Amino acid sequence: MSNGVLDETQVIPPAEVEEVDLYHAKSFITKWVFSQDAKIIAIQYSTTAILIGLVGLVLSWMMRLQLGFPDTFSFISPEDYYQFVTMHGMIMVIYLLTALFLGGFGNYLIPLMVGARDMVFPYLNMISYWVYLLAVIILTASFFVPGGASGAGWTLYPPQAILEGTPGSQWGIILMLVSLVFFIIGFTMGGLNYVVTVLQARARGMTLMRLPLTVWGIFTATILALLAFPALFVGGVMMLLDRVLGTSFFMPEIIQAGELLGHDSGSPLLFQHLFWFFGHPEVYIVALPAFGVVSDIISTHARKNIFGYRMMVWAIVSIAGLSFVVWAHHMYVSGMNPYFGFFFATTTLIIAVPTALKLYNWVLTLWKGNIHLSIPMLFCIAFILVFLNGGITGLFLGNVAVDIPLSDTMFVVAHFHMVMGIAPVLVIFAAIYHWFPLMTGRFLHEGWGLFHFWITFLGSYLIYFPMHYLGFVGVPRRYYEIGETSFIPPSAATLNEFITIMVLIVGFAQVVFILNILISIFKGKPSGENPWDATTLEWQTETTPPGHGNFGDELPVVYRWAYAYSVPGVEADFVPQNLPPDQIKRSGSSGEAVAEDPPELHKPE
Amino acid sequence: MVLVVVLVVLAVGSVVFHFWSPWWWTPIASNWSNIDEAIIITFWITGVVYTAVILFMAYCVYRYRYHPDKRADYEPENTKLELWLCGLTTIGVVGLLTPGLLAWNDFVTVPEDAVEIEVLGKQWEWNYRLPGKDGKLGTTSIRLINDDNPFGINPKDPNGKDDVLIEGDDLHMPLGQNIKVLLRSTDVLHDFYVPEFRAKMDLVPGMVTFFWLRPTRTGTFDVLCAELCGVGHHIMRSSVTVDEKPAYEKWLNEQETFAALYPKAADGSQLAGTQEQARDITVITAKESESKTAVR
Repeated sequence: MSNGVLDETQVIPPAEVEEVDLYHAKSFITKWVFSQDAKIIAIQYSTTAILIGLVGLVLSWMMRLQLGFPDTFSFISPEDYYQFVTMHGMIMVIYLLTALFLGGFGNYLIPLMVGARDMVFPYLNMISYWVYLLAVIILTASFFVPGGASGAGWTLYPPQAILEGTPGSQWGIILMLVSLVFFIIGFTMGGLNYVVTVLQARARGMTLMRLPLTVWGIFTATILALLAFPALFVGGVMMLLDRVLGTSFFMPEIIQAGELLGHDSGSPLLFQHLFWFFGHPEVYIVALPAFGVVSDIISTHARKNIFGYRMMVWAIVSIAGLSFVVWAHHMYVSGMNPYFGFFFATTTLIIAVPTALKLYNWVLTLWKGNIHLSIPMLFCIAFILVFLNGGITGLFLGNVAVDIPLSDTMFVVAHFHMVMGIAPVLVIFAAIYHWFPLMTGRFLHEGWGLFHFWITFLGSYLIYFPMHYLGFVGVPRRYYEIGETSFIPPSAATLNEFITIMVLIVGFAQVVFILNILISIFKGKPSGENPWDATTLEWQTETTPPGHGNFGDELPVVYRWAYAYSVPGVEADFVPQNLPPDQIKRSGSSGEAVAEDPPELHKPE
Repeated sequence: MVLVVVLVVLAVGSVVFHFWSPWWWTPIASNWSNIDEAIIITFWITGVVYTAVILFMAYCVYRYRYHPDKRADYEPENTKLELWLCGLTTIGVVGLLTPGLLAWNDFVTVPEDAVEIEVLGKQWEWNYRLPGKDGKLGTTSIRLINDDNPFGINPKDPNGKDDVLIEGDDLHMPLGQNIKVLLRSTDVLHDFYVPEFRAKMDLVPGMVTFFWLRPTRTGTFDVLCAELCGVGHHIMRSSVTVDEKPAYEKWLNEQETFAALYPKAADGSQLAGTQEQARDITVITAKESESKTAVR
């Protein structure tokens, strides 16, 4: 790889990607409703996810009203409160974050970024969305059935989840489980599609080690999800059988209100293992796409290549592998064999090493960059801070002995909201501000964006940072009200009031964001093509927004990695992945070699 | 520029908050100070990393802010630097894990001389059972539970007759005694949680779980449920009092035994009724003694 055009073409695999026959919609309905275009499906997924996410947001207000001002809101009963908690958690984790990152960003970005015309199975892709929508409708319906939605906590631990004494044990839990089953079916259709598309439909020259990290993140997360969701599926089906047919998978002999129930010899712990075998990878199903997106946005807006690309890829892959052997760190106080603690604490802390490396590399990408503090970049920097904070408290909770006093306290609530609530949501915002010009040809309004950024970032930090200390005091989570205790000082109530007020403020800032989107679609400042001067293929389409089939008559040919920013000897500070080497305008007269790929990435044989 | 200031304020402010906020853990009342020490070590290691990374990021944002005449550096990777960072992180992780696992080793190793007591949870109250003069708890079964035998104690087991039962009242513990707390639930998951003890563990129906501790400070402490157990979760309260030995003995002598409280159940006469129950008992006795062995 010394210099010149010849070397560069050597690394392009000779095989041409065959042109596929696209489905061309003929009517309004097949074009916009039952659409098979991944970009439309992406917008359908995103809209649905954000709408149900707004329900989750309102639920969080209701629950915080109760915590901040107990005895004030007589319309919130303990039953209501536990239903709010449960539905908020499940909606945010599964129906918002998972659906938005994989169904939303995955659908929009994968085909565009790998240089494909569409997903490889467009029809399946369409069905995937409709099954997801069905799951969301079933979940929403559970608010309106007799007994209301489930109040079992989002972890749905049996026996409690399906017994009287828990809200929604009549119908709510059944609808919840059925909805999850449908969600998983829908996701599996979409997930297979994303994986096959990345593996089979990449443009000529797009080797795996030239993929943007966004694609690596979504691709790996999808594989994780395909392997992890079946555990939840099985757990959900078994619990349905326990609830509906009276089987005893998770139900031991139980006496409730003096009555011996008909169950016998089931194991509540078995459900917890199944749930967390899914549940821990789920954290990374949300985190890995966020990692990828952040890498690309930071690189683009700092005008500098991502630092240590290969390490970033291997970190994603090793985090994904490790995430399957850490699940029982959610169960240190569950009563499982205590010797498991040694194993799971060790694996959990090992995962900190590749994760920390990713974080260092983001910061090192900023180092010696030329940093545009655009709104996407602001959100990314906020993400680094919040994610670092949440990752660090994970080191407390993963370390078995340290977890024992903190488990089931507000410390845990603060931790997971930092690391898999606020952090990924900040990335979602960064991504929306970054790719909105691609989707609409317009910018989001910058002033409103700044308002949205500062309130969201500072507000969230002020909500969750002090909350950890409530956990230190010993305030347990999932308490309708604290009531009288000897160990919680009155100042904790003041802090709870403060947190609630911040939650309301941050929540309303999201309304501004939604309005910004709705107005900017029609009135936003036109962005032109490739407004951020990005290298990746989605910005090199013939039209903005990209049309049906994504690219023009010819599929792009890829000559280099996705991070050719500020390459020495090149006039522009970025070189698109598909720009032929002979069209690069060189600067200076030195005739110096132009490093197209970092030499380590491709060694010609 | 605002961002740089904010990043610095957040990094420094978090440290200030940590040291000066009024919210910190309760004074410890058990032997688990090594857990507290592990937490302190974790705070130092992670706190230094947190502050250093944020301040370095603030520096980068300031030093390398956009300027039209400048150009970013081009350095795809720096393997040496990355290996160094990996190595340092690994050392940090080992520094966290070592005190944690040492404390955990103590946690899972119940001392030989530990006295067993039992916590029985049900929606939404706490009950306790202490061994009588023989120092042993009788075997139990959930199938034997009824109004005359709320703990489900096996009447055929002589160890159970003198068990001390505390129903809905407060628990007492002797200062300085190693205690193994056996945990049992009749309905759903609960979690026996006394913040001052640091240790906590779930109660799981269908099995007996445990943890151990040695109370190191007298006083009365709240008992809360820490595992969501239905709408009454937040009102499932009790308290535990740690006494000097003499005061404890005095209290213990005032408590009633199984035989005294439920004579009919304790002599087994009530069981003669059905063959089915008699068969259950045999099965149960075998099962329970098995699970007890497993717990040890």
